[in-house]
Amino acid sequence: METLFGITGKDFVIAAYDTKAVASITMMKIGEDKSRNLNDHSVMLYSGEPGDGVHFAEYIERNVKLNGIRHGLEMSPKAVASFARRELADSLRSRKPYSVNLLIAGYDVKKDTPALYWMDHLASSAEVPFAAHGYGAYYCLSMMDRYHRPDITEEEGIKLLKMCINELRTRMILNMPDFVAKVVTKEGIRVVQL
Amino acid sequence: MSRRYDSRTTIFSPEGRLYQVEYAMEAISHASTALGILSKEGVVIAAEKKVASKLLDQTTGGEKVYIINDNMICGVAGITSDANILIDYVQRSAQQYLYTFNEDMPCEQLVQKLCDLKQGYTQYGGLRPFGVSFIYAGWDEHYGFQLYHSDPSGNYSGWKATCIGANTAAAQGILRQEYKDEGLTLQEAKNLAIKVLSKTMDTTALGPDKLEFATLEIKDGRVIRRIFSTNEIEALLKENDLLSKTDEAKQ
Repeated sequence: METLFGITGKDFVIAAYDTKAVASITMMKIGEDKSRNLNDHSVMLYSGEPGDGVHFAEYIERNVKLNGIRHGLEMSPKAVASFARRELADSLRSRKPYSVNLLIAGYDVKKDTPALYWMDHLASSAEVPFAAHGYGAYYCLSMMDRYHRPDITEEEGIKLLKMCINELRTRMILNMPDFVAKVVTKEGIRVVQL
Repeated sequence: MSRRYDSRTTIFSPEGRLYQVEYAMEAISHASTALGILSKEGVVIAAEKKVASKLLDQTTGGEKVYIINDNMICGVAGITSDANILIDYVQRSAQQYLYTFNEDMPCEQLVQKLCDLKQGYTQYGGLRPFGVSFIYAGWDEHYGFQLYHSDPSGNYSGWKATCIGANTAAAQGILRQEYKDEGLTLQEAKNLAIKVLSKTMDTTALGPDKLEFATLEIKDGRVIRRIFSTNEIEALLKENDLLSKTDEAKQ
């Protein structure tokens, strides 16, 4: 019921989440932050088992920040995603695995490219040009496939995102409240209200 | 009297020194030389190989230059058996990093990792420190080409050109004189390495069997590590007119 979106473009990545906090069939809250900034150029979105997401994302966030402080180097999105995948895969083989779906959006400052990683709760990870998690994926992946180009501008990206959200509001029986987007560029991460 | 302070690694002497660590460094200053030179296009590591006997089988490969990661090589001076343990450790660390992060470990982190282990033996008692110094050559996307040196105390530092083992003072003198502020080309660095070794080695006759040579450079965005074969070293010596008379007579 939770929806996450990610779209890469020429020199940016947009990562968006709905702000619903859900417990079973009840909506508990609007205005939930389902993202964590891992460093200046990487952001993680999470959905899934309530609690697991926050716990896992903050665990990764703190480890990535510790790594940055210790070595004075910023981890690349690829390194962050690989690390998160490893931690999730190890947890999957433990007594009580985390049940979280992730999107990791980042900008690789050294290679000067945007990067988006899609990862599910079974720790299968892929670098993708666009991505979605949750029921929203069923409605929107086809539309992203139709309208996405590798060289789209940020405005076009936001427009595509709004089309996706609009589709959800039209077609899904569930109430779709606000979405929040985080845009990652060379300059860093900023929040865009949709 | 000194026996009171130098039998254990972890005890400071009244002058504030750690004798066992100093002895380890002394051991290295008697070992055969290894040197490293940083250039704009790559890094060179060269080492002197002490040939104990002509009956020694040399086909099994080098003993002074090792590959420690896809983007790093190192040269060794000191007790070879100690070095083997450390190289094994550092190779494993690099692979562990690759396993978790899917990227090559940054050079300085790898050096630091090894130095943490070395430092441990200057503080936690009962054992002697590792009697090895290293010269590391590497490339990473953060700082490009890099050259590091580490000693038995666990100190490490970055260099443009440096030397470990016997005759370091003389070798470093030549390196200081010959190293250009604007940097060298890889070919200039190779020639300088050969020149320094030819002037500091105790033996008069410089042959390909007495040297180990390696370079690390970038081609098409990939790190190329090259450990020279005997023939390649011979060619390099010939280029520099340093092949000894006896070796030439043999051909």
